[in-house]
Amino acid sequence: MNEGLRKAMENDPKVLIMGEDVGKLGGVFRVTDGLQKDFGEARVIDTPLAESGIVGTAIGLALRGYRPVCEIQFDGFVFPAFNQITTQLAKMRMRSLGTLELPVVIRIPCGGGIGAVEHHSESPEAYFTHTGGLRVVACSNPADAYTMIQQAIECPDPVIFFEPKRRYWDKAPVDRDLSKAVPFDKAVVARPGEDVTVLAYGPMVKTALEAAQADEQHSIEVVDVRSLNPLDEETVLESVRRTGRCVVVHEAPVFNGYGGELAARITEKCFYNLEAPVLRVGGFSTPYPPSRLEDHYLPDLDRVLDAVDRTFAW
Amino acid sequence: MIVDAARGAPLGTDAQSPPPELVQLLTPEGERVEHPEYDVNLTPEEIKGLYRDLVIVRRIDTEAVALTRQGELGIWASLLGQEAAQIGSAHALKQDDMAFPSYREHGVAWCRGVDPLDLLGLFRGVNHAGWDPKAHNFHLYTIVIGSHTLHATGYAMGIQRDGAENAAIVYFGDGATSQGDVNEAFVWSAAQNAPIVFFCQNNQWAISEPLEKQSRIPLYRRAEGFGFPGIRVDGNDVFAVHAVTQKALDNARSGQGPTLIEAFTYRMGAHTTTDDPTRYRLQAELESWKLKDPIERLKAYLVKNQLADREFFDAIDAEAKEVGSDLRRRCLELPDPEPTAIWENVYATEHSLLAEERGQFTSYLASFEDVSR
Repeated sequence: MNEGLRKAMENDPKVLIMGEDVGKLGGVFRVTDGLQKDFGEARVIDTPLAESGIVGTAIGLALRGYRPVCEIQFDGFVFPAFNQITTQLAKMRMRSLGTLELPVVIRIPCGGGIGAVEHHSESPEAYFTHTGGLRVVACSNPADAYTMIQQAIECPDPVIFFEPKRRYWDKAPVDRDLSKAVPFDKAVVARPGEDVTVLAYGPMVKTALEAAQADEQHSIEVVDVRSLNPLDEETVLESVRRTGRCVVVHEAPVFNGYGGELAARITEKCFYNLEAPVLRVGGFSTPYPPSRLEDHYLPDLDRVLDAVDRTFAW
Repeated sequence: MIVDAARGAPLGTDAQSPPPELVQLLTPEGERVEHPEYDVNLTPEEIKGLYRDLVIVRRIDTEAVALTRQGELGIWASLLGQEAAQIGSAHALKQDDMAFPSYREHGVAWCRGVDPLDLLGLFRGVNHAGWDPKAHNFHLYTIVIGSHTLHATGYAMGIQRDGAENAAIVYFGDGATSQGDVNEAFVWSAAQNAPIVFFCQNNQWAISEPLEKQSRIPLYRRAEGFGFPGIRVDGNDVFAVHAVTQKALDNARSGQGPTLIEAFTYRMGAHTTTDDPTRYRLQAELESWKLKDPIERLKAYLVKNQLADREFFDAIDAEAKEVGSDLRRRCLELPDPEPTAIWENVYATEHSLLAEERGQFTSYLASFEDVSR
């Protein structure tokens, strides 16, 4: 993430970083470490503690020709900015009949699994995929973090960029050649398989890959959805048509979650390919629990495999 | 006294505090009065230009209200009574300054060169805004109260980063001062020393809610707590509004940061054409404000000082009438958009879901054409 942001700032002097503690501290997750030192306080802005203000002023800076990258410190703190994102940022281009461009990226460390106190483990993606005018993406690994953040910053539309916070510590090789990168609005097959498709994004991709590795009975194909809006339907549907079975995994509550949209679309468009209903694995319809209970709340390898088994029991 | 005596003294009133000072350069009777800090630095031609704009925007407003009554617009937010606050402040702007309106700033729009027809699109329902904000340095109307104060603040931060000598001005009402976003904008612009002028038109009523539902102190005094100057100006005095706004803009442009201007005025009409002010305010209050009409006082001044004759006033009236009837004619000619406009301009880039929906809906509409054949 840090290298991707640095590269974007080097490539375009209009790119700004703004957020709480992003300067000297480098952000609470150190994602912006060293950027203020190298690019100055005018480009890496320690903001007042006001999320609506972060997004609202980012809109104004974008109107002046800048490309602000906002950091919302934790998923649960995006809601004070919800009005600015949904009523202003998302609609402004359409309201202007296309005369205004809003290249604003809103980075949100998301999801649970780090033993945090409340409001620090949320998965609010469905609120944003439900709003026309926004692009919503989630990276799942270091290589995508590096490329997708740069692609998001280059995009002329507003992008909500989810970063699975428990994967910040993962290490993997990163190809610095952006020209070879998959476009950030495309899904990728993270692991090919034949018997069942597991759809996941953000933190759950790694969980799905571990489940696929562990399953000795079935050949599991894992698709990293990556872009939630727009959805790369082609990649998703192609996989499900091939395997005939599908399990959708996310941390957010299953009820009215993004998985419901995936299940509905797959059912509508792959009805005659399906051997079983699309099953969903996710959080429960409750507030996020205290962290000592989060291992029960969050889908893990066993719950993914349980759903895989159930699709074969149909 | 902190709030009008007629509305009762609010809690926490400091009996020792002097009455709020209102900058006024022109009395309701059209007499020039002196002020230690502010003066009128306008030529007779410029003053006549102010008068012309005041009259024309009132005519535009009257026409739009009539078009609404006749079903041609869905709703209209009238500026009646607030013409001087808008024309006076807008005339203080330079070309490269950027104005962020709320949704009642038809007078500012006029001064920024926006075709009044383009204002009607939103209210007729043919679009959400009809003008290019960059072409006029006049942003889109913002209906979510106070949200745009943050956009203006961010824009001003951009001006700073560009090293430009311009300012942003943002218009909002008394009700908006209660919004979190407005207070965040005050905090941000102060911390950033942003080149911005907060122009609050206190028209005394936030739909049906009077000022004492919003504040225990005069609004201009809010600024002090945020660390920048606040000033109250007679919002029906176009000279005073112009002078005060010009000074605040100069301060912003020269690195002295934000100013809050409270233009003390009155919404002489309803909040919008769907509102009924007789349910919540007294006719006597409206009558007292009619005596402070912003246009009448400038006309009195022009006559008393022999700056304009009957021929001038007749010509302005005729021009305003022509603007009004032209606006009416073109409003009636505004076409409804094509159905596929729903999917236009939502994204700058290709979006597969929208393309799919548009295609499906187009086929659906075409299926009716098949039936009719």
